[in-house]
Amino acid sequence: MRKPWWKILTVILLLYTVIHGFLGEVPRQPILNESVRNLYFHVTMWFGMITLLTVSIVNSVKYLSKGNLYHDLLASEYNKTAIVFGILGCITGSIWGNYTWGDPWPNDPKLNAVAIGMLIYLAYMVLRSSMPDPQKRARISAVYNVFAFAVFIPLIFVLPRMVASLHPGNGGNPGLKPAETTTELRIVFYPAIIAWTLLGVWITSLKIRFAKLEENQNNNINE
Amino acid sequence: MLFAEIKQLIIKDFQLEWRKKYALNGMLLYVVSTAYICYTSFKLRANDIEPITWNTLYWIVILFTAILAISKSFADEKDGRLLYLYTLVSAEAVILSKIIFNFVVVLVLSVLGLLVYCLFMGGPVQDWPMFLLSILLASIGFATTLSLVSGIAAKAENSAMLMPILSFPVVIPILLLILKISKNALDGLDPSNSADEILILVALDVIVGVLSVILYPYLWRS
Repeated sequence: MRKPWWKILTVILLLYTVIHGFLGEVPRQPILNESVRNLYFHVTMWFGMITLLTVSIVNSVKYLSKGNLYHDLLASEYNKTAIVFGILGCITGSIWGNYTWGDPWPNDPKLNAVAIGMLIYLAYMVLRSSMPDPQKRARISAVYNVFAFAVFIPLIFVLPRMVASLHPGNGGNPGLKPAETTTELRIVFYPAIIAWTLLGVWITSLKIRFAKLEENQNNNINE
Repeated sequence: MLFAEIKQLIIKDFQLEWRKKYALNGMLLYVVSTAYICYTSFKLRANDIEPITWNTLYWIVILFTAILAISKSFADEKDGRLLYLYTLVSAEAVILSKIIFNFVVVLVLSVLGLLVYCLFMGGPVQDWPMFLLSILLASIGFATTLSLVSGIAAKAENSAMLMPILSFPVVIPILLLILKISKNALDGLDPSNSADEILILVALDVIVGVLSVILYPYLWRS
């Protein structure tokens, strides 16, 4: 991942998403109208968030099995970026909901589930900040991270499917329903998922480099 | 070997509890006072309470009681005692014994709480066996989820504040399923309506229980 090709790819895909997303053809549907373009910005945030969270969990498990603090750094930084993606997903969803459902935050099981999910990961950050010792902080927060993920997944993937929801595509994968999306949407939607996820990885990798530099500097001062 | 260790640890927990009688009496008083607050603020004013409000209030009272009761399960184990246990038994035995002990405590508290609550607020339940089953399932769910969280909170500083912050979001999925099942029992709906929820709840309990046993050894080493 040190080579720059994927960063160039991210920029190209993002430019494509934004330009084609706002100017390209979209199918005319009642109520949705032009707001269907939000598909490229709202739904993709959740794909990005789940991917980043999965990377975070994998690193927490790696930390527990190997005990290398570098994995703990990765887990916490990916978690932070995932929270940012989640908040952006909520904001873009509120804008969309405001114009299609007439309410920025209606009583919908998926909205409630994701609000609780955000609470879980904010609690993870509070837990981390409560312990000064790095090894202890790493181990305990990794345990909580893995434990919370096991509750978070049923919360957002299983429970909302059992009740009626305002969101489309209930009873299947709500993001990828080929019957309800047309080719015009899909040629932007799939690249957009890749673009936003790569952007999240990029942001996180910069933050990790920054954290490592900071740590090195502190060590030098100590010596 | 594992079963013998678990048995001994549970006996130890019960003996300690029986000697001090602090948790049970304290928690009982807590349940009684919250039920009384509900009585003065709802029943006395309106003299009539909707079943859905009755149900939600009951589970909120039980949720807070369970979090308070379970949060002391690891906080009471002082560092010296945990170190002593470390030389004697396996980590799996410790967490399993805690889960079983907490399950019994929460079950006793919710049943006694239900009696007090019904005394003050009336009992608009139409399907009692189903409601009691939901209490049993809730006790299992709360005990499995909150035992490990209590262990995490006890390791961190300022654990009194961390326990609710860490446990609320984790326990909410279980609470939502329980609310659904007990509401169906309140309305006297056919048990088949709750079958899906019960299945998911049991699956969630199993996942969380297995994860607790896998994860606790890492927590215990620190």
